[in-house]
Amino acid sequence: MATPDDRRYSDEHEWALFDGSIVTVGVTQFATDSLGDVVYVDLPQVGAEVVQFEKFGEIESVKAVSDLFSPIGGTIIEVNSDLMTMSEKVNEDPYSVGWLIKVEASDAESQLGTLMDAAAYDALTAEE
Amino acid sequence: MKVPFPGEIDRRLLNERSVSGRIGLQLQEIDVPEQPFPDAGLLRSVEARLPEVSQPEVVRYFTTLSAMNFSIDTNFYPLGSCTMKYNPKVNEEMAFLPGMAGIHPNQPDETVQGALQLIWELQQDLGEITGLPAVCLGPLAGAQGEYSGLMIAQAYFQDQGDFNRTIALMPDSAHGTNPASAAMAGLEVVTVPSDSAGNVDVEALRGLVDQRTCVFMLTLPSTLGLFEPNILEITNIVHEVGGLVYADGANLNALLGIVKLGDLGFDIAHSNLHKTFSTPHGGGGPGAGPVLVSETLASYLPTPVVDRNGDTYRFAAPDKTVGRVNGFHGSFGVLVRAYAYIRAVGAEGMREVSENAIINANYIRTALAEEFGIAADRVCMHECVLSPQAQKAKGVSALDISKRLIDYGIHPPTMYFPLIVPEALMVEPTETETKDTLDRFIAVMRQINKEIDSDPDLLHDAPHDTPNTRLDEANAARHPYLRWQPDDDLTAVD
Amino acid sequence: MPTNISPYIPNTQDDRELMLAAIGVSCIDDLVLDIPEAHRFPKLDIRPALSEFDLTAEIGALASRNAALGEYACFLGAGAYRHYIPSVVKSVVARGEFLTSYTPYQPEVAQGTLQVGFEFQSMICEITGMEVANAGMYDGPTAFAEGALMACRITRRQTVAVLDTVEPRNAQILDAYARHQGIEIVVIGHGDDLPDDAACLMIQSPNQFGVIEDMEALADKAHASGALSVASINPTSLGMFRTPGECDVDIVTAEGQALGVPLSFGGPYVGLFACKDIHKRQMPGRIIGRTTDTKGRVGYVLTLQTREQHIRRERATSNICTSTALIGLLMTTYLAVIGRAGFKKVAELCYHKAHYAAIEIDKLPGYSVKTDGPFFHEFMVECPKPPAEINRALIDSKIIGGHDMSDRSNNGMLICVTEVNTRAEIDALVYALSEIGAVR
Repeated sequence: MATPDDRRYSDEHEWALFDGSIVTVGVTQFATDSLGDVVYVDLPQVGAEVVQFEKFGEIESVKAVSDLFSPIGGTIIEVNSDLMTMSEKVNEDPYSVGWLIKVEASDAESQLGTLMDAAAYDALTAEE
Repeated sequence: MKVPFPGEIDRRLLNERSVSGRIGLQLQEIDVPEQPFPDAGLLRSVEARLPEVSQPEVVRYFTTLSAMNFSIDTNFYPLGSCTMKYNPKVNEEMAFLPGMAGIHPNQPDETVQGALQLIWELQQDLGEITGLPAVCLGPLAGAQGEYSGLMIAQAYFQDQGDFNRTIALMPDSAHGTNPASAAMAGLEVVTVPSDSAGNVDVEALRGLVDQRTCVFMLTLPSTLGLFEPNILEITNIVHEVGGLVYADGANLNALLGIVKLGDLGFDIAHSNLHKTFSTPHGGGGPGAGPVLVSETLASYLPTPVVDRNGDTYRFAAPDKTVGRVNGFHGSFGVLVRAYAYIRAVGAEGMREVSENAIINANYIRTALAEEFGIAADRVCMHECVLSPQAQKAKGVSALDISKRLIDYGIHPPTMYFPLIVPEALMVEPTETETKDTLDRFIAVMRQINKEIDSDPDLLHDAPHDTPNTRLDEANAARHPYLRWQPDDDLTAVD
Repeated sequence: MPTNISPYIPNTQDDRELMLAAIGVSCIDDLVLDIPEAHRFPKLDIRPALSEFDLTAEIGALASRNAALGEYACFLGAGAYRHYIPSVVKSVVARGEFLTSYTPYQPEVAQGTLQVGFEFQSMICEITGMEVANAGMYDGPTAFAEGALMACRITRRQTVAVLDTVEPRNAQILDAYARHQGIEIVVIGHGDDLPDDAACLMIQSPNQFGVIEDMEALADKAHASGALSVASINPTSLGMFRTPGECDVDIVTAEGQALGVPLSFGGPYVGLFACKDIHKRQMPGRIIGRTTDTKGRVGYVLTLQTREQHIRRERATSNICTSTALIGLLMTTYLAVIGRAGFKKVAELCYHKAHYAAIEIDKLPGYSVKTDGPFFHEFMVECPKPPAEINRALIDSKIIGGHDMSDRSNNGMLICVTEVNTRAEIDALVYALSEIGAVR
């Protein structure tokens, strides 16, 4: 699927969809393609703090574990609990039903500026 | 592999076959006056739902299950780094002698002198073979041996007041247990890159060692089946900063009578008796992972070791022992088998084992390197690593090739290890295979290579005739179903 | 053609020459050029090869110098137990397809090993009353230590409280595993409070003195502190006694040797490990799960592998790789053969015989049975002389006496009675003890 241009991206293959200061976070198609079937996602609790570009959880396929790095800093206000029983949603559509967490960003505007747009992300993945 | 009888295999679990009232064993009757039971509150209120099947059903069940396995006794099993060599049957008989299998670990030393002598002699033999004379046969597997070795290294430094040695260096090709054991031992793991020839990058190593270096953990030959041409320089570099060098002995089958680890500058090693010394793998253990050290480190070995005083043998705790890593004295039944193997093979026989292991691996390498790509284009030791990247470019992975080998009755090689080789297939034939078997393996691999062009689905859908075709591992991990439940529907998985 | 030297190595001289030529070298030396010349081909100072005939004679001679339990009545326990092993068990484990196969990483050719492992896990859950179990660990004591490490990971606390009735050897092993991870071990008595930052309370039931602990009360105590409870149990005893699952214990470990595994001087044995379902992703060791294949048929695979060393490497739940699958097979076959009814009956036989023995020994002048709670098949006796002395004398009567516990209990001996001790043997023990006790 084409990289949605309504959101921003980090070089750790995460996306951040901004709605004012509420930011939804997920992993990109590139990430799920290289991971394979996602079998488990280890996410923090609602209320936990996340720091931009630092590890906040883990995503597992059958034969691999990858760290999740948050593209945004702030407080987690919602976690996609569907993934506990239906981790396949991340593969189905990583950009919608496969979302991971929603964060109340501590500084949405300046953080947005540190992330790349769809075109820049596509350029990055074309190289890898 | 076709299970050797026609028809569907009955995969029901024992509880699914159970019928109330059936028994598998006639137990003895009580011959003492019955004693009052404790209070009901202390007794279990729910019965353990164990099977209720007759004895013939038990035998047929397990025998039928066994027929679904590949094994050394039935198939060529070239699993790299596992050394799937023939497991001599006489070793089984020795391990089950009443005087060996029927002795209690807590019996007084004077009632088990034969067992203690065996352990002592095995300590000596392994010490001599590796050139690391102080040995503890206690660790129950390679990983436990590694952990013990890392504890020894730390104890040694701390005993000298050096509390700064906090880093374990290892190549990027290291087996997963190496960093796992290092982390368990509280050490920081630092990876040393390999160079383009597949060897440790000596200059990189030189740049990474310093006063914080506790150990450099090295598998020799490496996990690519290569001997380090710069081994003496490597051990020297580590010693110069005061660090210790640890040998992961998983690949010792290449070195018996060829070279001693002690001579190369190693200070500590573990050996996998279930690899090099022919004890059976048992479907995943038991093994034994003795830890072997130079005399300098002898007093730190785990407890217990066996000492000899004249004609008497006894258990003893090394003076500065790092402690006890397991319940009793080690996997004695495994030790008996390894002892029998070493006595049967003897001094010159050891070298014959490794020489033939090396010849067999190079024979396969020479035949298949061009068609399948080789991780390192030079003489290997007891195993070689193929890297079928050309095949991958055609859409066929190392996994597909492996699964297709099964259709030819051959167990796949080790896949995707070491991590630094793309599409790795690690082939270790061992010395107990005939040239005919190796020739057949080569022919089958070439045949499979042709199938990639003519009919690739043969590989993608392989294996075809096994009791199960490819299994849905993603589903198993997403919806773990880990035990029998009553009212099981055999076809539903959730 | 000269014959080969080794029956285990098929290559003849001709084979070698053909293969060396195919490789493109003239001799083996050309294949080991990377080995420093000064150290190449060392002479090994080990004994020469033995014929099979001589081998069996030599090892047979070693075996004959051991007092094998078939010739002696045995009352020794303390972590390893003598039980009757049915013939079916031995014949199943001799199957080469089980014995000489590898870890089931290729599930299509290892369904035998995998289905047995699934049965093994299921049976452990039934015996212990717990929700999930793994496919086995090295032995009971290391499984116990792994239980503590798991509790620390789950609670993110670094202190482990160990009840003082736990066998000290288990605490020693725990220390070997824990000390390098900054974990502190604190031994407490039944009346003590748990340290605030305790990750778990470690208990053993029956304890080192053979006494059954109140697992439920102890688990409650742990939970009240926000800690987990980790219990090491005797699996035979659960044929009659309350399961840790019924007591809300979080992690259960055990030594599985008593269930069909030869004593074999201490190993190989098998560690059992079970826990509550919510913690399963923190369990160490291999785990086998059921799934389906491309044709929809049921099959088994290793699962939740991302916990393990071959994937997670330094962040693995444990470094364990090779475990004890074959011993798990012994145990599974044993439980299949003795079955639901047998599992209860073996426990009851042990219980009745042990309690009979205790009553008779307690009657002897100079001997006093010291149990401060209910027991299963092991009990403490205060002897009139050092147990080591008594045991030496018992050997002359072809009896192996109980475990010497005098380091922690005055002239204490831990006597174990199982279903293989006949009444005649028990009576002979009682008689011998009275004779020995009477001698000044």
